[in-house]
Amino acid sequence: MKKRFVLTDLDCASCAAKMERAIKEIDGVNDAAVSFMAQKLTLDAEDARFDAILDEVIRICRKVEPDCVINR
Amino acid sequence: MNKKQKRRLIRIIAAAGLLVAVRLLPLTGLAQTLCYLVPYAVIGWDVLWKAVRHIAGGQVFDENFLMALATVGAFGTGEYAEAVFVMLFYQVGELFQDYAVGKSRQSIASLMDIRPDSANVERDGVLTTQDPEDVAVGETVVVKPGERVPLDGVVTDGTSTLDTAALTGEAVPRDICPGDPILSGCVNQRGVLRIRVTKPAGESTVSKILEMVENAGERKSRSENFITRFARYYTPCVVLAAVLLFLLPTLALAVLDVPPAFLAGTVWTDWLHRALIFLVISCPCALVISVPLSFFGGIGGASRCGILVKGGNYLEALAGTQTVVFDKTGTLTKGTFSVTAIHPEEGYSKEQVLEWAALAEQFSDHPISKSLRAACPVRMEESRAAEVEEISGHGVRAKIDGRRVCVGNARLMERENVKWLPCELPGTIVHVTVDGFYAGHIVISDEVKPDAKAAIADLKACGVKKTVMLTGDAKAVAAAVAGELGIDEFHAELLPADKVDLTERFLKSGNGKLAFVGDGINDAPVLTRADIGIAMGAMGADAAIEAADVVLMDDRPDKIAAAVRISRKTLRIVRQNIAFALGVKALVLILGAFGMANMWEAVFADVGVAFLAILNAMRAMRVRQFSQ
Repeated sequence: MKKRFVLTDLDCASCAAKMERAIKEIDGVNDAAVSFMAQKLTLDAEDARFDAILDEVIRICRKVEPDCVINR
Repeated sequence: MNKKQKRRLIRIIAAAGLLVAVRLLPLTGLAQTLCYLVPYAVIGWDVLWKAVRHIAGGQVFDENFLMALATVGAFGTGEYAEAVFVMLFYQVGELFQDYAVGKSRQSIASLMDIRPDSANVERDGVLTTQDPEDVAVGETVVVKPGERVPLDGVVTDGTSTLDTAALTGEAVPRDICPGDPILSGCVNQRGVLRIRVTKPAGESTVSKILEMVENAGERKSRSENFITRFARYYTPCVVLAAVLLFLLPTLALAVLDVPPAFLAGTVWTDWLHRALIFLVISCPCALVISVPLSFFGGIGGASRCGILVKGGNYLEALAGTQTVVFDKTGTLTKGTFSVTAIHPEEGYSKEQVLEWAALAEQFSDHPISKSLRAACPVRMEESRAAEVEEISGHGVRAKIDGRRVCVGNARLMERENVKWLPCELPGTIVHVTVDGFYAGHIVISDEVKPDAKAAIADLKACGVKKTVMLTGDAKAVAAAVAGELGIDEFHAELLPADKVDLTERFLKSGNGKLAFVGDGINDAPVLTRADIGIAMGAMGADAAIEAADVVLMDDRPDKIAAAVRISRKTLRIVRQNIAFALGVKALVLILGAFGMANMWEAVFADVGVAFLAILNAMRAMRVRQFSQ
């Protein structure tokens, strides 16, 4: 399943790249892209565990960039 | 400026004022140190706080940490004013950066401001204004002059001209009348139009275009991946270098009795200061931001010209295009058949031959019959034709005004035992006989698009090495078109599978990138095979939008060269930015290592370069000159 999320307060381009890398390493994530310019996260992950994976994504993003909020 | 930016600006002004005030105060020693802490706290508290939180999250090498360390270090070495000033300058740079990025986001958003906000729906005879989302398929919407067409549909009533510039980038208005399909996003210029909605808002042309442009950021270019990967190693390396730059000379100074020449006259705080300069330069954001910003601008600008690029990677590939493979029908030619020549025999007139042919074919839906009727100025009258007999694969036999007329191909002529004449022109030949005598023939062919020749020449001019045309048509037709347009190579009489094979062969043999241009109707497999699949005339063709990497909203082949030019310009900006940012950083690193750069220059190497790179990146958006 592929879903897009709007990000708020994603302030730095290199943090966006770090977030993207970290998200891609989560188990069950097929692909992910964080677009700094569009302020968007595209997450392609296993259907069955999508919500659990999304929780993990949010947790990891908070670690990388505490100010950035993923609007689900 | 948004709220956040305003707050930052106020802090900058306040801290600057405080800094000046502290400098003017006649203080020394501890009192002075404490006083400098006030403007430092005002301007830098959030950076310090972020650094702490990021370290807690396991992210050590980010710019907050580096700036915090550098300025705290400067405080430590007694350079109070410098510490405050560096933080101040850093915040100014951040504000600029934030503002410039916000501005470019805004200007792209306004470029893409084609989404209609409301639709006038006719319900039970009353017009109500609704959100386009709430309009169902089959309902009737009314579009007044000056309004944007809210949803895709078919015109049921009214004639007008449409401004399609928002979709195609083209200024020439398009005429529209009842029965015509109409696309959302166009602006109605004159009359009132009533439209039966055929697609829900989510699937309308406008939604598709916006979605495509907004999601283009997902597919990242190689340059962007390079720079983020580079940044990942760059920062730790420079930090390590900073540590060594401090530790080695300091140790040497402490241990050796006679220090080497380059250490002569320095003390350990000098080296600490130089190391701190390294820390400031090691911030990666300036590098990372300018690349996606350029692509974002290039893609936004291209979409304004009616060229939709689905990702930075495709824009990048497009810039390296060396071979362009065209499908013929519908791409280089109009894809509609029309009468291009009439060759009557002695004793017959052109008009007469055409009239007989058209009347005989008036009941057929075949494209050839349609083109005959379209070319004939005489009104079709069913009563003039009798005993109409269609002979499949041959043609038509009928009585027109009482005379026996046969209209068809060479096979029909053989069957009728009439001596027919071949034609030297390429195309489909329709022979006509009257009362058993050969009256002449009509040549029907696909017309070459008026701008196709210029488009091929333009592609050559912008550096494309080879142009190839593929077609299922007869060799003679293909040769004529290829010759007329100046195409390097053509392959005729191909089946769809042959087109895939040939494209694969070109992909293997050619250097550079291969672009395939098709109308997207039955060449989806080739569109996906090519490095860059370009679908043209895609207004409303969903399959093409799906399969292609680049979508041309109208069907003008000269947009291909425009797309290549836009991509090259974008790539040029990206390369300039990378070279500029790396160059300045490298220079300041070297100067810093030898003690010839101060921390202010280091801050410039970080935020100043970022700011200039952003300004440069915003040029990618300006593509007006390519759309004409």
